[in-house]
Amino acid sequence: MAAEATASSLASADSGASARRTRWLLGRIGIYAALVFWAFVSLFPVYWTITTSMKVARNVQQGALIPFVDYQPNWLGWRSLGLSTDTIGNVSTVREEFLNRFLNSVYTAFGASALAVLLGALAAYGLSRYQYKFLWMRNQDLGFFFLSQLILPPVVLALPFLVLYRELALLDSTIGLILLYTLTVLPIVIWIMKDQFDTIPVELDEAAQVDGLGPWGTFFRIILPMALPGMVAAFILSLILCWNEYFFAALLTSTNAKTLPVMVASQTGSQGINWWSMAALSTAAIAPLVIVGVLLERFIIRGLTAGSVKG
Amino acid sequence: MAIAELPAYGAISRRRKEWGRALIAAATVLFLATALAQVLNSARIVDLGFRDWRPTLFAYLAWAVALGFGQVMIRGQAGLRALFILPAALFTVAMAIFPTLFGLSIAFTDWNLSSATGQKFNGLDNLFQLFRDPFYWNAMRNMVIYVLFVLVEYAIAFGLALLLNAEIRARKFWRVVFLIPLMLSPVAVSWMVGKSMLEYRFGPVARFARWIGINNPSFFTDPWAARLWIEAMDAWVSIPFVMILLLAGLQAMPKEVMEAATVDGATPWQRFWQITFPLMLPVSLTAIVLRIIFKLKLADIIITVTSGGPGGATDSVSSFIYREYRDRSNVGYGTMLAMFYLVVIVIFITILLNVLSRHMRRMT
Repeated sequence: MAAEATASSLASADSGASARRTRWLLGRIGIYAALVFWAFVSLFPVYWTITTSMKVARNVQQGALIPFVDYQPNWLGWRSLGLSTDTIGNVSTVREEFLNRFLNSVYTAFGASALAVLLGALAAYGLSRYQYKFLWMRNQDLGFFFLSQLILPPVVLALPFLVLYRELALLDSTIGLILLYTLTVLPIVIWIMKDQFDTIPVELDEAAQVDGLGPWGTFFRIILPMALPGMVAAFILSLILCWNEYFFAALLTSTNAKTLPVMVASQTGSQGINWWSMAALSTAAIAPLVIVGVLLERFIIRGLTAGSVKG
Repeated sequence: MAIAELPAYGAISRRRKEWGRALIAAATVLFLATALAQVLNSARIVDLGFRDWRPTLFAYLAWAVALGFGQVMIRGQAGLRALFILPAALFTVAMAIFPTLFGLSIAFTDWNLSSATGQKFNGLDNLFQLFRDPFYWNAMRNMVIYVLFVLVEYAIAFGLALLLNAEIRARKFWRVVFLIPLMLSPVAVSWMVGKSMLEYRFGPVARFARWIGINNPSFFTDPWAARLWIEAMDAWVSIPFVMILLLAGLQAMPKEVMEAATVDGATPWQRFWQITFPLMLPVSLTAIVLRIIFKLKLADIIITVTSGGPGGATDSVSSFIYREYRDRSNVGYGTMLAMFYLVVIVIFITILLNVLSRHMRRMT
């Protein structure tokens, strides 16, 4: 009686296990299929852009997809930018324009990110360590004041800045853009840095103060080096946002300070579309950030998740 | 740093306090005098030969520095602490609060940069014109639709976060791949996807559409199709952001609860709706609110792909105002549109935060 029961339960356990195994396998297949599908969605536009930059008109019209199979890669797009192997030595006005825009983007993005991290780190440290009272505003209100700037849509500032910058002779200048970009990323930087400083124990500050360091000595010599990961995260995130910014750049720059996104956007209108050169330009515009993103992904994730999730 | 010279304890001498107050007062007078001189100059009452307003800018900077010094002189250690927050605060006031107030003064004027007549105060005319402007309200309606689509983005992002949180190989690889769209500039994406892949004759998406039997694929001629494709591009760029927030939330979830539920025989479906989803609610709401805030700024993709077309179907408020300036140089009216938009979204976000804040993680 007892043995019979054991045998039947064993048998059912066996069939249950194999059913579970099938279900588990199907689940695995489903998960990996979904992963592959979304990886395709994420990467195909990038792949399309890079391959299109090596096509000629005929390949584009045929809708060729795979290089060497559907079509023979060609340097036409890169040649029109003056960046192909055979034109790199020659003088090229397009390349000069491209390099100029590229450098503008570099200066603007790096300048704004550096300034934002500097201002933001100071403010975040103050908010994290000291009690302030300004008129009716205490720390929480001050923190909200900075954060609330995030809500301000660019379009509200765009027209006043157009008029103000005209009066200040800052239109079409990299400095003007840097100041404006600093403003747009400052709330995010303060948020990330505040989160970072909150994780560093206050006892360290107290110990430093006992050792005779003032508030600024404590900040620069003890706390700031420990806050480096947060600073890198804030810097990278600012860099991405500033590098990709289009709205202000399109309104406030014309010839000197134009950044890459403005150049990319202004290509489309003229004399039909040269698919290959547009693709080459887009590839060159996105490549730096894709590289930065892949290498420093850890910091981007750290920056994005600051403050929102506490483990 | 001059920390060592400052008395760490004890009172600050009265003389030093007075000097500090005098310094701040002097800088304030200098700043106000410069500004006044420039106003007189630009109103052509007195010709002082200023070519631009930079002197006022420099006077503001000098005032800011003097204010910092004065704080330290008057309040010692407390002043040194105030110096941490002062630069960012003064910067924000100068770059956000002042231009917004300045914008208000433009909003109530009739000012077209391309017309010969300059700025003219016209009271509430712009506001009345705004209420009668069908294109503006059309753009507002589109914004409501775009904001509602955030929920779809959230659902997809949640799915992806669950995928990445499952027991998979090469998790880091998939995470990097899924994150790549976030790095790309919306303008480049507009070109790559909006202009090239969605080309109706030989773009790969059009080809695919024909292959599955849609004979005449048109992506930007039908209003709803155009809106959906704009939304799809914006979603493509921003889903990784929501996904990363949700993934971090999932990873922070206590494992024991899940294990207990599995032991109790809950199906995956039940586990998700009864445990994961409720536990993730605070993170979810934070992610959604942040995403809505960014969504309300949507402009780049629309400006570069459709310019608001067809017939304003894809217009966002930002892209509409952008064209109001770019094509018609209508600064006065455009600013009023922007200011009204700001008021609307501040009210909207405030209500949203008040309703949701009980369930959200702290934001400041």
